[in-house]
Amino acid sequence: MSRAVSSVSGEVSAGRRLVLHALGLGGMAALAVAAGLVPPARAAEEAPAWPKNAFAQKDQAHALDALYGKTLEASDKVSLDVPEIAENGAVVPVSVTTSLPNVTSISVLIPENPYTLAASYRLPEGTEPSVSCRLKMAKTSDVVVVVESAGKLYGAKKQVKVTLGGCGG
Amino acid sequence: MIGRIGSIYRAAAAAALLFTSLLPAASAGPRIDPAGDQRAFQAYFERAFPGVALDDFANGPYAVNKEMRKQWEEIMQFPPYDFALDDGKRLFEAPFKNGKSYADCFPDRGIGIRQSYPYFDLRSGEVVTLDLAINRCREQNGEKPLPYEVGDMAAIDAYMASTSRGKPFDIRIPDDPRALAAYENGKKFFYERRGQLNFSCASCHVQAAGRRMRGDILAPALGMLASFPIYRSDWGSMGTVDRRFVSCNEQVRSLPLKPEDEAYRDLEYFLSYMSNGVAIAGPGTRP
Amino acid sequence: MPSTIRVRAVAHGESTEVQSLIQHPMDSGFVKDKEGKLIPPHYIEVVSFECNGKTVFTAFWGPAVSKDPYLKFSFKGGRKGDELKISWTDNEGKSDSIAAKIL
Ligand code: HEC
Repeated sequence: MSRAVSSVSGEVSAGRRLVLHALGLGGMAALAVAAGLVPPARAAEEAPAWPKNAFAQKDQAHALDALYGKTLEASDKVSLDVPEIAENGAVVPVSVTTSLPNVTSISVLIPENPYTLAASYRLPEGTEPSVSCRLKMAKTSDVVVVVESAGKLYGAKKQVKVTLGGCGG
Repeated sequence: MIGRIGSIYRAAAAAALLFTSLLPAASAGPRIDPAGDQRAFQAYFERAFPGVALDDFANGPYAVNKEMRKQWEEIMQFPPYDFALDDGKRLFEAPFKNGKSYADCFPDRGIGIRQSYPYFDLRSGEVVTLDLAINRCREQNGEKPLPYEVGDMAAIDAYMASTSRGKPFDIRIPDDPRALAAYENGKKFFYERRGQLNFSCASCHVQAAGRRMRGDILAPALGMLASFPIYRSDWGSMGTVDRRFVSCNEQVRSLPLKPEDEAYRDLEYFLSYMSNGVAIAGPGTRP
Repeated sequence: MPSTIRVRAVAHGESTEVQSLIQHPMDSGFVKDKEGKLIPPHYIEVVSFECNGKTVFTAFWGPAVSKDPYLKFSFKGGRKGDELKISWTDNEGKSDSIAAKIL
């Protein structure tokens, strides 16, 4: 339970997150739970909420900050499979997998899209650290994937060339 | 965009010079020889794309471009036409108000017959495509015809094609002057230049097949109808052969015809006959 | 109304591979209609997958996820015959869910 809360600050409901941020406790929700500031029962009942603020960000740094409150280090243990040239920007297949341990979330960012964060996945214990999906790309861009492993963020990126626009995204 | 089309055009012109002797000539003298045309047509593509198996031509751009093929294989793990396919089965099986159904209008109750369409109807003296047959069936049973190109028509096509997968195109041209004239008319439509850009279908899909035009890889004309109907990402929906003909006419800025116009039906007849032997693979997905 | 959710979940030993396809426009809010008016954003925000009462995967999506979105992932602990429940909600508050047996 506390793992679910601590892993991603965006999972805490938006209102509570603002308060925690105001107190300078953004990344410390787990501590808040431990210290009894948040009744544990309530935290457990609450399904993770859609990270609205993170999806509203227009660059990578802000999106990552809103989603995780942490920065990224590159890792060769994160592997990203995307086409070099997208057959159509409206449907770009993206697959991510990693050999890192204790992965709690995987997110995909497309910095050249109007909004940077495309998708963010929560992986409870027992779920394998790999996911495939299809995303829209407005134009040629890096695709950045972020893996949260044991509380740290690791990333990898690859460029995808887009000739037919996916009409925004 | 015109610039890039221009360069394709130059490439096409160069290829045309190289291959004129191999190509079925547009002005084929007085004798109409569909079987001979078909041999020359298929031989041209076999030579242009060595290593591509005949059936693989059904997969259009994916048959001739590795990078695109990989994306397609990923998309085919759960193809976006699945919803249309289910709709189509439901629509196909639903009885009309008079209690009859599509199955009553078609040979073999409509299952596994896609590869024989279009056919030349000796009674009415015209080419009948699957879509036209579907609407005639509806009208015979007191139902309104469906709009062509999209929606329910594409869904029914998808289901009917799926029951015919793996069956090679088997288009017949009866020895009848009207059938031969329809064939010749379709062939002419395919090789005739038109539109502001003065392109023929063949400029792009024969001479420049496999080349990149903007984001697209141009599909070879051989087998090009075997995957229809298609879910096209660019459309974000399903489309029939008519929808594709209309959009390709627009590519060259020439006024498209009405779906199921006689000229389009003759064109479909010609193209399908050229593809005899290529197995039906529809419904398909495309960029 | 047929379900908007298509799912294939197959157990391979320890692990269950899940693939799903959801019928949804996923309008980004940046595309214009034929009259030149912007089509308002309409997209799925949350998809959750539960097996035997436990959440096994949660997707948070924004408008950059493709139309008729596809997902593939694998989890441990599912068995042939177990039920997998999938549900989604979008930014307009619409939702759908389905339960499927693991094959
Ligand atoms: C300016 C070049 C151009 C011309 C001329 C042209 N097309 Fe196309 N056509 C395309 C492009 C681009 C596509 C999409 C990529 C592809 O699949 O080839 C396409 C796709 C198609 C497809 C679908 C192929 C598939 O596998 O999905 C068909 C069928 C087709 N065209 C038929 C025609 C016909 C018939 C004509 C003549 C009326 C024609 N085209 C003229 C460029 C052209």
